[in-house]
Amino acid sequence: MRRLLAIAWKELIQLRRDRMTFGMMVGIPLMQLLLFGFAINSDVRHMPTLVYDQDHSAESRDLVTRMVNTGFYDVTGYVQNYESITHSLRAGAAKIAIIIPPDMGKSLREGKGARAQLVVDGSDPQTVASATNTAISLAGARSIELTAARMQLLGMRPTSDSISIEPTTWYNPELKTAIFVVPGIVGVILTMTMIMFTSMAIVRERERGTLEQLIVSPVGRFELVIGKILPYIAIGYVQMSIILFAGRLVFHVPLRGNMVMLYALASVFIAACLALGLFFSTIAKTQQQAMQMSFFFLLPNILLSGFMFPFEGMPRFAQRLSEVLPLTHFLRIVRGITLKGATFADVRSELMSLAIILSVLVVLSSLRFSKKLG
Amino acid sequence: MSSHDAPRLEPGQPVIEADHLSRKFGKLWAVRDVSMRVQRGSIYGVLGPNGAGKSTTIRMLCGILDPTSGKGRVVGYDIASESEKIKQNIGYMTQRFSLYEDMTVEENLKFYASVYGLSGRAKDQRIAETIENAGLLDRKKQLAGTLSGGWKQRVALASSTIHRPPLLFLDEPTAGVDPVSRRDFWDQIHRIAGEGTTVLVTTHYMDEAERCHELAFIFRGELLASGTPREIVDRRALSISLLEVEASKTHQAADLIKTIAGVEEVNHFGLVTRIASRNLDNPEQAIRSTLQGAGIELTTFTASKPNVEDAFVSMVREDVAFAAAKREQDRQASSRPPASQASAS
Repeated sequence: MRRLLAIAWKELIQLRRDRMTFGMMVGIPLMQLLLFGFAINSDVRHMPTLVYDQDHSAESRDLVTRMVNTGFYDVTGYVQNYESITHSLRAGAAKIAIIIPPDMGKSLREGKGARAQLVVDGSDPQTVASATNTAISLAGARSIELTAARMQLLGMRPTSDSISIEPTTWYNPELKTAIFVVPGIVGVILTMTMIMFTSMAIVRERERGTLEQLIVSPVGRFELVIGKILPYIAIGYVQMSIILFAGRLVFHVPLRGNMVMLYALASVFIAACLALGLFFSTIAKTQQQAMQMSFFFLLPNILLSGFMFPFEGMPRFAQRLSEVLPLTHFLRIVRGITLKGATFADVRSELMSLAIILSVLVVLSSLRFSKKLG
Repeated sequence: MSSHDAPRLEPGQPVIEADHLSRKFGKLWAVRDVSMRVQRGSIYGVLGPNGAGKSTTIRMLCGILDPTSGKGRVVGYDIASESEKIKQNIGYMTQRFSLYEDMTVEENLKFYASVYGLSGRAKDQRIAETIENAGLLDRKKQLAGTLSGGWKQRVALASSTIHRPPLLFLDEPTAGVDPVSRRDFWDQIHRIAGEGTTVLVTTHYMDEAERCHELAFIFRGELLASGTPREIVDRRALSISLLEVEASKTHQAADLIKTIAGVEEVNHFGLVTRIASRNLDNPEQAIRSTLQGAGIELTTFTASKPNVEDAFVSMVREDVAFAAAKREQDRQASSRPPASQASAS
């Protein structure tokens, strides 16, 4: 035990001397929090929109005004021909164009239907869905209004027994992306720090020859490994606290569930990451390699874990793959507890998955991490 | 885990007993059939060029590398099955000073003291003593990385002996260190040995070999000879002659001397030509008569004593020549029957 503490203490001394790394450990979570919190926004708004109004009637102007009022379309210019639309969309100056036919006002006044065209830049699929859905629902609502007005004009009482759906959004009613993203950053930062710093810390000792010195000493394998990673566990918790606290302060991310439970469950995730870092350290020969491996591992974590893209949207095989990543399960736990106030029973199955991953990793890395050379 | 296992040696039992140790890496034998006995309190030198298998031997003796075959006992414990007990009783210092460069001298010493199970007052006292003995008082707050090579080596030695181990392994401790620091270092080794610690040191500096009580020559993973420096040199039965001739004829003389049977080495040291010969009854007479036949006048002639380096070079040359002859023999043997096999080798 004394040896274990000696190693942990030594690690802290070294960490304190390495100002850069120390600064990064506190700085990275804050920076990423602000960056991701503000930048990642799947809520598409203010799309630059062109208007080709061939009608110039009260009705056509009314349609454009209603569209602008949704907050989705920002009219950036009026054009007089199709060529201008082609140019602007290709250059990226506009993403959407509304084309109103010459006789729209007249047809509407005569009670006949009218067709407006919406051209959408489909190179970003997320825009297309939002742009068309918004326009279609707007047109639908306007049609009902016009029909009702016309029926009233003809002396008929408009019926009101149509089907209507009243959406109620729980947990994040304003649909703020930051609230979804911030708890996820806890998981991403922990994955990065735990894996990268532990693998590098061990490889560094090997590179400098001090590992050999320790191997020849009476320090046990267990003491060596635990002593080295103990300070990083503490750092992991500090990072987690920074993100949750700053997330609450800046983005008003709710912390609805039991925080003590969240911190307790995080230990399983942290342990899994550390075991993985340890495993990498047994493969990497240099600190650079350790860092490269960590980054290589981090990318699929960000893309597949559900941190950025919904898990449900992924094909079956990708879902299977992401179930293997510890981050996938931790994200569900951390989001469940912070945003939905999930109880232990709610996250038990995720915890089980994490525990299974952890035991596999521990077996793997202790098989490879030997106190003998060669 | 904190219980300390003391050395388990019978009176008179060697601190290191190695029997036919061999280690193979892939297809290559790094160490082959090395046996040695190291007595308590002695300074035992393992001599050999880089890559000869010295480090591999030390690692096997420390219990951090399993031998492919053979067995050994160090401080009375088996190197294969009781390595953890060995580790408590040894100090180990490698050619790459294994200090934490971003920690101070004192922090390094404290760390290694804790690693070796020292604690409390005993630890503080031991560290203070070590700092005093190694003359590190002025430098204890200095970062280890900012020390010069000689000082780093002093600190490394101090940290590897902080727990006063009965046995100390030094793996090329003086590689790349200036001559003055090397001498100081060897004085320290003798001081440590004087306190009763057995020291096993590897080196490829021949002058250092002379300062050991006993030596083992390792070349290409094999033990060529062992014994006291005097024994090794005497057993080789070399004669050394120092002579001077007219300056312009030095090279001609050297070429002639090389043709004398039994002459192994002819080297120039300034104007002096140094000749090592073996199994030559009277080197002076042989050399004089050879040179006289060519009309070269000897200005001086002195008979000298061979040193460890002479013995080592002589043994290595013989070994290389023997290996080359054997390879040639094998080549000829294999090239005879089927012609196609010759190119395969």
